[in-house]
Amino acid sequence: MQHLPSLPDAPLPGNRVQLGRDTKLKLDCGVELGPFPVAYCTYGALNEDRSNAVLVCHALTGDQYVAEEHPITGKPGWWELVVGPGKPLDTNRFFIICSNVLGGCLGTLGPTELNPETGMPYGLSFPVITIGDMVRAQAMLLDHLGIEQLFCVIGGSMGAMQVLEWASRYKDRVFAAIPIAGAARHTAQNIAFHEVGRQAIMADPDWHGGDYVSHGAIPRRGLGVARMTAHITYLSEAALHRKFGRSLQDRDMLSFGFDADFQVESYLRHQGSTFVDRFDANSYLYITRAMDYFDIAAEHGGSLPEAFEGTKSRFCIISFTSDWLFPTSENRAIVHALNAVAANVSFVEIQSDQGHDAFLLDVPELDKVLAGFINGCAERRGLGR
Amino acid sequence: MSDSTSSGRSDIRVDLQFIADMIEPRTRVLDIGCGDGALLSYLSEFKQVDARGIELSMAGVNECVSDGLSVIQGDADTDLDDYPDGAFDYAVLSQTLQATRHPRRVVENLVRIGRRAILSLPNFGHWKVRLWLLACGRMPQTETLPFHWYDTPNIHLCTIRDFLELCEEIKVDVEKAIVLDTQGRTLPMQATGLTGNLMGVQAVFLLRKS
Repeated sequence: MQHLPSLPDAPLPGNRVQLGRDTKLKLDCGVELGPFPVAYCTYGALNEDRSNAVLVCHALTGDQYVAEEHPITGKPGWWELVVGPGKPLDTNRFFIICSNVLGGCLGTLGPTELNPETGMPYGLSFPVITIGDMVRAQAMLLDHLGIEQLFCVIGGSMGAMQVLEWASRYKDRVFAAIPIAGAARHTAQNIAFHEVGRQAIMADPDWHGGDYVSHGAIPRRGLGVARMTAHITYLSEAALHRKFGRSLQDRDMLSFGFDADFQVESYLRHQGSTFVDRFDANSYLYITRAMDYFDIAAEHGGSLPEAFEGTKSRFCIISFTSDWLFPTSENRAIVHALNAVAANVSFVEIQSDQGHDAFLLDVPELDKVLAGFINGCAERRGLGR
Repeated sequence: MSDSTSSGRSDIRVDLQFIADMIEPRTRVLDIGCGDGALLSYLSEFKQVDARGIELSMAGVNECVSDGLSVIQGDADTDLDDYPDGAFDYAVLSQTLQATRHPRRVVENLVRIGRRAILSLPNFGHWKVRLWLLACGRMPQTETLPFHWYDTPNIHLCTIRDFLELCEEIKVDVEKAIVLDTQGRTLPMQATGLTGNLMGVQAVFLLRKS
C-alpha cells in the first residue's frame, strides 16, 4: 500500500501547528473543529511592524510547498517562478506564508487524518467544508503568527476563490488582493467536470465507500481518471495540439488496439498515475465540493458588489485569453462588481495559449504585471519599491 | 484617437496638460482611454491624485499595471455603467468620444460617475477640415485626423457646435471650454462662438450635470 504523506510515519518538512484549542472553528455545515492541525511553509522574514506578510493560497491539487522541493515528488516548488529572491514575491522583502488547505492531505486536517473520536481515519465522516472554512482556518493561522494585516493575499484558480473570500470577509486584514484565473462562483460546467471526477473515484471498487485506508487499498484508477479529465480542462485545444498533435507514442503505426497509441493518451495516463502518488482520493472529493459550493454573491443576497462593499483593498484581477475553465468573462464580472463599489482595481487579460494552467507557467507578461502591481502596492504600504 | 503634437510645457501630450491643469490636487480621477497611463502618472506624481484608468488595448493596460497604476482593461461603451453615481471627482475622456459607439450615453455616464467630467475632442468644424471637403470633395485628412475613411477608428466625429448642442439636450453644463490650435496653444476666442468652431483644431471641456 502507498503510504499517504500525512500519515504519522512520514514527517513533513515545514511547520505544523494545532489551531482551535480555545475557540473552535465553526464550519459552514455547522460542525465545530478543534483542536486541528494546519501545516504551512514560510519564506523570508517578518518585518518589525509585521506589515510585509503575504499569504499565498494554493489551488485544488496544490500544497504548501510553493518555493521548495516537494517532499514526495522531489519536483521544484509549484510557484518558484513567482516566489523567491528577486521574484515578484521577493523573499528578501516579503514574509511569504502558504498553508495546506483545510480538507487537504499534506498535514492540515483532512479526511485521511485520524478522527479523535473513533481513532480511525475520518474518511466520509469528515465534515463537508467550504472555501469560507478554508479561509477562516487561514485567519486562525495568522492570529497564531501574530499577523493582523496581510500586505497581500494572492492565488490562482481555487487560490483566487480564497483571495476573494479573504477580501470580502476580512476587509481590514487585506491591503492588496490578487485573484488570478478565478471566479466569484463555480460555474455549472465546472461543477459538471468535478462531478465526473468524483464519480470516477467512487466507481473504483478500491474506494470502499470512502473507507479504503482500513482496507489497505487506494482507488488509484478512479483518482487517476479524475485527474486525467481535470487535466484536460486546465489546458487548451491549442496547447494540446502544439504539444502533441496526433503524434504517436513510441510507435510508427496505429496498433489497432486500446494501448496509448497517441502521445496525448500516454501523457494523460502519466498525469493520472503520478497524481495518485501525491494526492488523496477523499481529499479530492471534499476539496472539489468546496469549490462547487463557492458562490460569493449568494452569501450576500445574490449581489456580488455587496460582498465587497466598503473595501479599501487594492485589487489586481488577472485572466488568460485561452482559459476556458475560469474564463475572462468570469473575471470581468468580479471587476464590474468592484467598480460598482468604486474599489481600487486593476484588471489585466494576458495573451496565452496555455489555458487555465498559464498562471503556473513561465508567462513573462504575468511576471511583469505581478511585479508592477506588487511594487506599486509596496510603495503605498511603506515597504519601499 | 488622434495624433496631437506635444508642447514644451511638460512631457505629456498637450491636451492632457490642459486636462491636468483643470484637476484639483488630492482628488479622485477616472481616466477613460488612459493609453500608456501618461496622465495618470502625471496626476499621481504632481497632484497626489487617486488616479484610476480604463484602457482598451491590452498592451496599454499591461504597461500601466506594470508601472503600478490602477487600470482595468475595458472601454467607455461597456465599462462605465457599473460605477456608482459620483464615484469620482473627475471623469476624464480625452480624444476618445469620437471613437465610441454610443457617444451620448458615454457623456451621460461621464457626468454621472464624475462630479465633473473633462472631455477633449478633435473639432470637425475646423476650417481646414471644411476646406478639404469643399475643395477636394474627399474625406478630410489632417494632422489631428490622419486616417483614411476606411481605416479610421473615429466613427462619431463632431464639431464643437454639435457637441455643445448635445450638452444642452442632455442637460449638461459647460463650465469651461478651451479651443486649441495645431500647436496646442490656447486660442483667445470663445469656444462657444462661431470663430472658435472655425479656428479650433481641438477643444477641451469641463462639464457637470445641470
